[in-house]
Amino acid sequence: MKHLLSINDLSKSDAISILDTAQELARVSDGPMKKLPTLRGRTIVNLFAEDSTRTRISFEAAAKRLSADVINFSAKGSSISKGESLKDTAQTLQAMGADAVIIRHGASGAAQRLADSQWMSGSVINAGDGTHEHPSQALLDAFTIRKHLSKGGSDLSGLRVAIVGDVLHSRVARSNVLLLSMLGAQVVLVAPPTLLPVGVESWPCEISYDLDDVINSVDAVMMLRIQLERMNELFFPNAREYSRYFGLNSDRIRTLKQSAIVMHPGPMNRGLEITADAADGARSVIVEQVANGVSIRMAILYLLLAGSQEIGAAL
Amino acid sequence: MSLVLPAPDISRALTRISHEILERNAGSNAITLLGIPTRGAHLAKRIAEIISKIENLPIQVGTLDITLHRDDLRLRPPRALMPTMIPSLGVEGRNVILVDDVLFSGRTIRAALDALGEIGRPKSVQLAILVDRGHRELPIRADYVGKNIPTSISQSVIVHLTELDGVDEVLIEGSSE
Repeated sequence: MKHLLSINDLSKSDAISILDTAQELARVSDGPMKKLPTLRGRTIVNLFAEDSTRTRISFEAAAKRLSADVINFSAKGSSISKGESLKDTAQTLQAMGADAVIIRHGASGAAQRLADSQWMSGSVINAGDGTHEHPSQALLDAFTIRKHLSKGGSDLSGLRVAIVGDVLHSRVARSNVLLLSMLGAQVVLVAPPTLLPVGVESWPCEISYDLDDVINSVDAVMMLRIQLERMNELFFPNAREYSRYFGLNSDRIRTLKQSAIVMHPGPMNRGLEITADAADGARSVIVEQVANGVSIRMAILYLLLAGSQEIGAAL
Repeated sequence: MSLVLPAPDISRALTRISHEILERNAGSNAITLLGIPTRGAHLAKRIAEIISKIENLPIQVGTLDITLHRDDLRLRPPRALMPTMIPSLGVEGRNVILVDDVLFSGRTIRAALDALGEIGRPKSVQLAILVDRGHRELPIRADYVGKNIPTSISQSVIVHLTELDGVDEVLIEGSSE
């Protein structure tokens, strides 16, 4: 495989091989010497046309731990803000000899466009495109769930995961539904009807409008960010009402299974979709998700870039 | 395909190597065995069992994956990573004995030395090998050798171990011309 654009590009065994590779690479991050020579001499460009903290830093840390050279490129302060097209940007990166481009873009399908075009020859990794997909986030979520709950199994069979909140605008939810169900987990989306996309009935998951109905039966609950910039579009009457019906608070935490974990892809709106005590409580693995993100991204970069492209990758 | 080391010979070779390791390191106090996956890891475990029987002490034994340090990564499709398990006392100040099944070009061992360097600074590093088939491409030699088997470059040496293959044997495939 050359690119990572969508979870749909992966088979179940591909996904498990990424998780297994990340598990081995996590040991490097735990060790005293956090650097490997594996990608020495490779150039990786972080092309971020949308704001990001976690994903960009995480890919940068992953690339640097594998000794690749990293060029950061964000819309603000670059020619993108002067109106340069994706094509011209891509050709510039090609001329500089980028071996891989990690792209975050507001338009759904931007990563696919870059990969299908002849504008550049390197690998393309989708770090979030519009409301479409965010595959590396789903992989790190699956990794976190597997580590805590699968009891040594290689997949997630028998586990039930709730994804709660703004599914409509969430690329994280899309990628997670595809990946978690492929790995054998039962996924249930919980949201007000206004925040579910058209066609959601055909996704491989259940749908519920009532968080209290679902919360005591799940092994992991993943809260999605309410995008404050969309609050004035009247998807729900007001923030307090949303919080009361769909927010995770300490009362709901008490009804969770004993082993259940609380997840959030970040950035959190504390007090809206999740209260501070739920976010910082013993069940929360939110900070660990960030650490796991580095291991997963190291695995992705290793599997896409370390081997020979000509022969065709094992992934 | 010809059988060059049957099961009893493998067992005798491992016993001899175990005694040599003890002799050279004046006991088992400061030794740590690290097997290179997959077959080296099983051999390391077997040597550790033999030594701990002789010494009546538990032996520090683990595995060391060298994939990320290989110099031929770019020449092949990406490889799956194997587990690295460093025993409780670490490698700092220890006499580390690397264990692998076949010594050929020496490139695996070079990668292992790099991988080891990232974990710590051992007092010494020694190498135990079941079969030395020659054709070194780097200045590397083994301290403990099960058997020297001269081969031609076109032959392959195949090691089977009970843990993985159900039988202990070393075979040579291909003609010596």
